Amino acid sequence: MTVLVIVLLVLAAWVIFTFNGLVRLRNQVANAFRQIDVQLKRRHDLIPNLVESVKGEMKFEKETLERVVQARAAAVSAGQTGNTGEILAKEGMLTQALGRLFALSENYPNLKANETVKSLMEEVTHTENQIGFSRQFYNDVVTKFNTAQQVFPTNMFAGVMGFTPSQLWELPQDSAERETPKVDLSV
Amino acid sequence: MNIYEQQTANRRMTALIMAVFVLFFLLIGLGFDYFYLNYDPFRQPEVQLSSDGYYEVKPPSLPHRVPFGTIIALLIGAGLAANSYFNGPGMVLRSTMSRLAVPDDDKERQFINVVAEMAAAAGLPPPKAYVVPDPDLNAFATGTSPQNAVIAVTEGTLQAMTREELQGVVGHEMSHIRNYDTRLMTICAALMGAIALLSDFAGRSMRFGGRGSSRGSSDRRGGGLLMIVLFAVWIVLVILAPLISRLLAMAISRRREYLADAGSAELTRNPQALISALEKIRAAVMPTRAINNGVAHMCITDPRGSLIEEKMGLTADLLATHPPMEKRILALKIMAYQTEHPQPQAA
Repeated sequence: MTVLVIVLLVLAAWVIFTFNGLVRLRNQVANAFRQIDVQLKRRHDLIPNLVESVKGEMKFEKETLERVVQARAAAVSAGQTGNTGEILAKEGMLTQALGRLFALSENYPNLKANETVKSLMEEVTHTENQIGFSRQFYNDVVTKFNTAQQVFPTNMFAGVMGFTPSQLWELPQDSAERETPKVDLSV
Repeated sequence: MNIYEQQTANRRMTALIMAVFVLFFLLIGLGFDYFYLNYDPFRQPEVQLSSDGYYEVKPPSLPHRVPFGTIIALLIGAGLAANSYFNGPGMVLRSTMSRLAVPDDDKERQFINVVAEMAAAAGLPPPKAYVVPDPDLNAFATGTSPQNAVIAVTEGTLQAMTREELQGVVGHEMSHIRNYDTRLMTICAALMGAIALLSDFAGRSMRFGGRGSSRGSSDRRGGGLLMIVLFAVWIVLVILAPLISRLLAMAISRRREYLADAGSAELTRNPQALISALEKIRAAVMPTRAINNGVAHMCITDPRGSLIEEKMGLTADLLATHPPMEKRILALKIMAYQTEHPQPQAA
C-alpha cells in the first residue's frame, strides 16, 4: 500500500514537472513568434516610404518596385487572416523581392549619397536582419519545444495534455533563397 | 571540435580554474591558521590532573578549534567579489570615459541597430550601447547579467568596420554576455585582488611567527624537520599566489575568447565577417589609450597594443590575456569552411 502511494506520488510529481516545463517552452515559442511579428509589422510600415524615396532614381526598375509593393500587400493581407502557413509563404516572397531591390540599388550611386534614402536603407536592413535573427532564434526554441514533446516517455502524454508541435519558420518551397550558392574555388 | 563541443570544453575548464581559486583561499587561510594561530583539528587532547584527583581533558583554546584565518580569508574574498559584482560595471564604464551611443549619428545609429539584432539572435534583451572616445579599434562588454549588460566599442571601430564586421564584433561581445563571461571576469578580477592582498598580509606576518617557537612545538617535537619543509613550501606558495592567480585569470580569459569567437559565428552564421574584423583589428597595433590594463581581459583584443598576441609558444601561452590573433583567425576559418562544406553524415 505504502509502496503504491509513493509510486503514485512520484508519477504525479513527474507529470507536473513535465507539464510545467512544456508550458514554459510553449510560452517561449509564442514570445519568440511575437518578436518576429513586431518586426514584420515594422517592415510593412517602412516599405512604402522606401519605395517612394527610391522611385525617382530607380525608374528603370519599375518591375522590381512593383513586385515589392505587391508582395507587401499580399503579406499584409496574409497577416490579417492569421494563417501561419500563409504568413510564412507571403513574407518569404517579400523578403525575396526586397533582396532583389537592395541588390539592384547597388547600381545607383546617387541613392547612396542621399541622406534620407541612406537612413531608410539602414532601417530596412536593420529590420530585415532583425527578422532573420528572430527567425533563427524562433526556430531554435521551436526545435527545443518539439523535441521535448517527442522524446519518450513524454510523447505518450504530450498530446493528451493538449500540446501540439509548433511549426518551424521555413522558407517556402519555391524560394530563391533555397538555391545553393555556387562557390568557385578555381583561383 | 564543433561549436557545442567547444562550449562544453570551455565550461569545464572554467569550473576547474574557479575551483583552483577557492583552493588558493583555503590554502592561504588554513596555512595561516596552522602556522600562526596554532589551529589543529587533529591534535591530541591535553590531559591534566584535576583538583579532584581525576585526569581531565583540557578544553582547547578558541584558535585551536576555529580556523579564524580561513574564515577571514574566505570572507574577504566574498566581500571583494560582492563589491565588484555591484559596482564593477559602472567603474569600468567610468574609467574608459564611455558615453551612450546617440541615434542621430549615422554610424552610432547603425551600432545601436546591430546591438539590437545580435540581442534578437541570442534571444536576450538588447544591452545598452556605449561608445569609447578612442581612435583605436577595440570593444568590450560588461555587466553582471544579460538584463543590465553593456556593450562598448571605440569610435575607431565604428569608423573602420563595415556593417557585417561590426555585427561580428558585437556578436563576439554578445556571446560574452550570453555565456555570463562578463560576470565571471568581473568576479575573477576581484578574486585576483583579494589573493594579492591576503598573500601580502600572510607573508608579512612571518616575523610574528607562532608555531615552532612557542607552546605549539612541544607536542610535535618529532616532526620538526617536516614542519620546516611544510612551512617553506607554504611561504613560497603564498608569495607566488598572486602571480599564479594572474596566470590563471589570463588562461580563463583566453579560453573565453575562443568561446566568444565561436559564439559570434553561431549568432551571425557568418564567421567570415568576424575574420575580416579581426584582420582589421590586428592591423591596427596602436594601444587603446582610453582603456587601461584593468579592463584588458574584457576587450576583444589586448588594448595595450603589445605584440605579444603575434607571438606563439610558451611566453604567449602564459602571459597574454588573449590568444594569438593567428590562432583565433585560423579557428574561425575552420568554422567557416565547415559551414560551407558540411561533412557527410558517417554511416
